[in-house]
Amino acid sequence: MNAMTKSAADLRRAARNHILAPRLESPFHDRLIALSEVNDWYNWAGYKAPHALFDGELEYFAIRSTAALFDISPMVKYRITGPDAGRYLNRLTLRDVRKLGVNRVHYTAWCDDHGHVLDDGTLFRLGENEFRLCCQERHLPWLLDSAFGFAVDIHEETEEIAGLALQGPTSYAVLRDAGFAGVEALKPFHIGTFPHEDGAVTISRTGFTGDLGYELFVPRARALSLWDRLWRAGEPHTIRAIGYGALNEARIEAGFIVANTDFVTAEGALRADRVRMPDEIGLDWLVDPDKPNFNGRRAILDARRNQSLKHILVGLEIEGNIPAEHAIVYHRKKHEAGLVTAAIWSPTAKRNIAIASLERPYGSKFTEDLWVEIYAMRELKYQKLMKRAKIVPRPFVRLARRTASPPGLA
Amino acid sequence: MTSFDAIVIGAGHNGLAAATRLAKGGRKVLVLEAASEPGGATRGREFAPGFRSAGLAHLVNRLDADVARDIGLDLAGTDTLLPTTVLDGSGKAAVLHGAYGERIDGVSPEEAEAFAALRRKLVFQAGILKRFLRRPPPQIGALSLGDLSTFASAGFGLIRKGRGEGRDFLRMLLMNVADVADEYLSDDRLKGLLAFDATLGIHLGPRSPTSLLGLYYRLTGEVAGKAGGQFVPAGGMARVAPAFLRAAEKAGVTLRCGTPVGRILADRGRASGVVLGDGTEITAPVIVSAIHPQTTFLHLVDPAESGTGFVRSVKNVRSHGNVAKLDLALDRVPDFTGLPAEARGGRIVLVRSMEQVEEAFNPAKYGEFSSDPVMEVTLPSLTDPSLSPGGACTLSALVQYAPYRLKAGWESGKPAFLKIVLDTLERHAPGLEKSVVAASLMTPVDIEAEYNLPGGHWHHGELQADQLLVNRPTSAASGYRTPIEGLYLASAGAHPGGGISGLPGWNAARHILSGASA
Repeated sequence: MNAMTKSAADLRRAARNHILAPRLESPFHDRLIALSEVNDWYNWAGYKAPHALFDGELEYFAIRSTAALFDISPMVKYRITGPDAGRYLNRLTLRDVRKLGVNRVHYTAWCDDHGHVLDDGTLFRLGENEFRLCCQERHLPWLLDSAFGFAVDIHEETEEIAGLALQGPTSYAVLRDAGFAGVEALKPFHIGTFPHEDGAVTISRTGFTGDLGYELFVPRARALSLWDRLWRAGEPHTIRAIGYGALNEARIEAGFIVANTDFVTAEGALRADRVRMPDEIGLDWLVDPDKPNFNGRRAILDARRNQSLKHILVGLEIEGNIPAEHAIVYHRKKHEAGLVTAAIWSPTAKRNIAIASLERPYGSKFTEDLWVEIYAMRELKYQKLMKRAKIVPRPFVRLARRTASPPGLA
Repeated sequence: MTSFDAIVIGAGHNGLAAATRLAKGGRKVLVLEAASEPGGATRGREFAPGFRSAGLAHLVNRLDADVARDIGLDLAGTDTLLPTTVLDGSGKAAVLHGAYGERIDGVSPEEAEAFAALRRKLVFQAGILKRFLRRPPPQIGALSLGDLSTFASAGFGLIRKGRGEGRDFLRMLLMNVADVADEYLSDDRLKGLLAFDATLGIHLGPRSPTSLLGLYYRLTGEVAGKAGGQFVPAGGMARVAPAFLRAAEKAGVTLRCGTPVGRILADRGRASGVVLGDGTEITAPVIVSAIHPQTTFLHLVDPAESGTGFVRSVKNVRSHGNVAKLDLALDRVPDFTGLPAEARGGRIVLVRSMEQVEEAFNPAKYGEFSSDPVMEVTLPSLTDPSLSPGGACTLSALVQYAPYRLKAGWESGKPAFLKIVLDTLERHAPGLEKSVVAASLMTPVDIEAEYNLPGGHWHHGELQADQLLVNRPTSAASGYRTPIEGLYLASAGAHPGGGISGLPGWNAARHILSGASA
């Protein structure tokens, strides 16, 4: 059959076939789909990812009370290797990579020449000259262009490497019972390699929940067997698979920010004033002026010296119990001071908490008399609430078990 | 060990102009040159036994009078304007006398009048642009009073002659030279000349948008106070480099030749010196790079010291030459058909029409050389007999188009192109081929190797709208200062551009001496 003999409807159908497979499926898709009771999916970097699997609230309590298994495979991952890999990453990112030991992870961020944040993420040092960079957005052109003059190889491995986050007070117990001998020796931000089937799994004591937890990476082919191994060992420890809704609550409690949620990445921003410097999104502590030159260094230090930083990211505690998501922040109830980028009623802190981006001097010089205006929809009518907000330090929830070493069993 | 206030990399005329200005401003200056003698693209070479070429440039058409006076350039014969003769092969020459054809022989009186009108218009418009050449380009976001006064004077200059002229300027500024020539002229030779001059050394054809800018650039150059003039110094082009050298030496500049720089030392955004090819370190608070910006930032400065975006923009600077340089050793003075004897010492342009230039450009777009090239020719040994043995003669030609990246490769392409060029010359000067003693054709690839010029591009980067002024060579390094504090650019790759003007180097030095931070 050719175009002459096909009906117009057939041709139209053929032209929209792409919507039949609109999203990629994670290596854990078979397990997730079997566990999904509410069929609540969202798009994470092109992947079909669960927003919730059975009940968002119970999923949250799996993180804080037992063990939660969260599929992080859609996270963008780059393998960076070669004799100049360390020097390359030191120029690319804000923190001093020379201080990152082998089998260690650190949280970092990277900027363009103007000091505007391109993304944040975690950098895994798997060997002297071998790294994995994990982040929210895709950056291959930037990473490749940054490689000019460096003996380094950059390879995107998002699809070929499966990742799982196992978080919660019984997460260590699950790993122990799954037979990962020696995992108790991992301190926060440490990496270990453990046998799994005929290969290996990389386990780091990291996570996005502010709780005791681990992240596990394996080649795609061994993804399901790893899941099953954890699941079997986890059943006595009440392991639950969770979606992003639950994780998001935990990360807000932990005070972590999300690219393109709490700030707009420099390459994603359409409007010139939406880009942010590290100091404007609470990442000033990552900037190391003493290490060798890095992208954005001069712009960041100039902005500090000239006091031309325009924004500041703060944690807020808001009176009442109505989450203030995307509420406008006011000074003295009348001057617009900024916007809440993420907010929940925190089940663990039992406080109404929020992360907000304020326009300086609000948040820097004027830190008192702040208010948020919450539009609470009540049966097709907004009830406008003006609530007092107080700047408080992040994290909102600090759990001793997150850093306890050796890790606790529950 | 002597310490220096400034190190200038490259002893081309811009490097020497920068060094001289800095030394006259009280700085202790060291110039480092990779080649065994100074001069850069004005450095002469023996291309055949007994025959010398004075260098890449065979004419001067934009040496800035202020620069020459300020650095004390001792060059004679700079007031003698040379004619341009257009030969189309018909034997009927059109000769432009004075500064860019103040007077023309060989065309009809009506055509001469039309050319005069166009010339007036273009010289006036180039005059508006000229005021931007002698100062650093305005810095967007940090305009100085000087910038504003330059803008204001450009504005006043524009409306001085009435709003009509202002409108016409804005209309024409980004036009192509072919449409402008068509508006005014009917003689194919004159149109061909304008087309050639507008595009020489630029990867554009006469019908490419913005090609008029190349002609404006030429007309911003002055000789003896006259726009569009050209000269060869008394004694020949080989006098240019020594004159710049004498000026530098007189000002107290130290020059070291045969001393290639291996690396520019920089740490956390601050330059501190250079490492020579042999590993010697020399420190100085000011480093002036009077070589190609791409060599500077892609090879001499550790890329880790620059931002990714900056390196990307430097890599994207278009700098692929399109002109081949021919040096011929002839056993006698060639006889170009129709060339008046008194115009032999001037510039000879071999072009039939604008269409010929356009069609010569077409293959260059696809990595092929012109099968019917256009060229400008001079006979250097007529002015400087020392270039050839008695009775013999040298011929120098700039031939386009000869793309740097030749699809077929220059190894096989060069003999084929040389034959085409020699055949073209033979048609214009019958008997020339038989008188050839030796021929040296330098393609852009050869020019790159001989003069350390990436892409073999004498402007150190295309002279086009997107790489001019605030974007020369790229926005973050325009205005001579660069993202690395203490490191400055001073070559043709910096504002305003190439040609023997001395302006990039001199402007850079003045900017450094002014102590301006932006």
